Amino acid sequence: MTQSAQATMAETAPLLDGTPGVFADWASDQRTFKNTPWGKAMMWIFLLSDTFIFSCFLISYGTVRMSTTIPWPNPSEVFALTVAGNHVPLLLIAIMTFVLITSSGTMALAVNYGYRKNKMVTFWLLLATALLGAMFVGMQAFEWTKLIVDEGVRPWANPMGAPQFGGIFFMVTGFHGTHVSIGVLFLAIMAVKVVRGKLDREEPGFMTGRKQDYGMVEIMGLYWHFVDLVWVFIFAVFYLW
Amino acid sequence: MASTEGQQHPLGIYFQIWILLFVLSAASYMVDYMAFQGYLRWSLIIVFMMLKAGLIVSVFMHMLWERQALVYAIIVPPLLLLVFVGIGTLEGDYTFLTREIFYGGAE
Repeated sequence: MTQSAQATMAETAPLLDGTPGVFADWASDQRTFKNTPWGKAMMWIFLLSDTFIFSCFLISYGTVRMSTTIPWPNPSEVFALTVAGNHVPLLLIAIMTFVLITSSGTMALAVNYGYRKNKMVTFWLLLATALLGAMFVGMQAFEWTKLIVDEGVRPWANPMGAPQFGGIFFMVTGFHGTHVSIGVLFLAIMAVKVVRGKLDREEPGFMTGRKQDYGMVEIMGLYWHFVDLVWVFIFAVFYLW
Repeated sequence: MASTEGQQHPLGIYFQIWILLFVLSAASYMVDYMAFQGYLRWSLIIVFMMLKAGLIVSVFMHMLWERQALVYAIIVPPLLLLVFVGIGTLEGDYTFLTREIFYGGAE
């Protein structure tokens, strides 16, 4: 049987739903992830590995916080801001959370308008997502500066309590901030690709030489939503706990 | 091949989930603002966290509409992390007790 005949069979074989579908897909001796572009499946598997990295950080944070005999600094106080004479707990972090959620929304809309082949709306939404991401990184830089310069927090010591606080804080938020920064860079690249019509014309990609299409915007979106997802966990267990 | 496999859904669902995420974020911030303490605080934090994570993964990342072979491949492995959390908890408690016993007087 020739390659093309095999491919035709694979594409025309009826797909099962539900649990039988899981076994049929995995046992098919063909590609496992049916009706899924390979790029999307690979992005999901990358995100799975990233999940384990961030989980290792957060679990070690939990272990360290449980095992210290010196009181843990109260994040609600450490990250409080004074606005017009009012002392508001955790204000900057709350604003950062809302900025990231807003960017997740604009990203989801960008994916949707991409599949509608609405070039200009997709472009502006991607640009808005990138700007919100950059705003998040900017606020994080402000937060780090405040902690390092004004409050004397170091990775090995801080004046508020357990010395591990600084190490965990810089490690976790630094790694997350790096993810956001890389995301902003790729969002900007994707926005330029979209507005130049490269996805409409299915031009070969610069690096891969493969045909580009609006599925790429969805894959970019998966990464961006994941960055937001990680922040949900950091916000909950590091800042609120 | 790839161009026929995109996810296309009505816009409304994205706006609904977006608003829900805002509400849940505001709620989890209120947990801190109202200064809830103890088990009430921790359970509320976990509930809001899991709800937000679930909404993002299922709707924004389209897991609701993916084939189950992919869903299981991605969702099942992280469940192993619960074992890891358990090990970390045991280790953390053990280290704390050891420190209390041997360094307790030094504080």
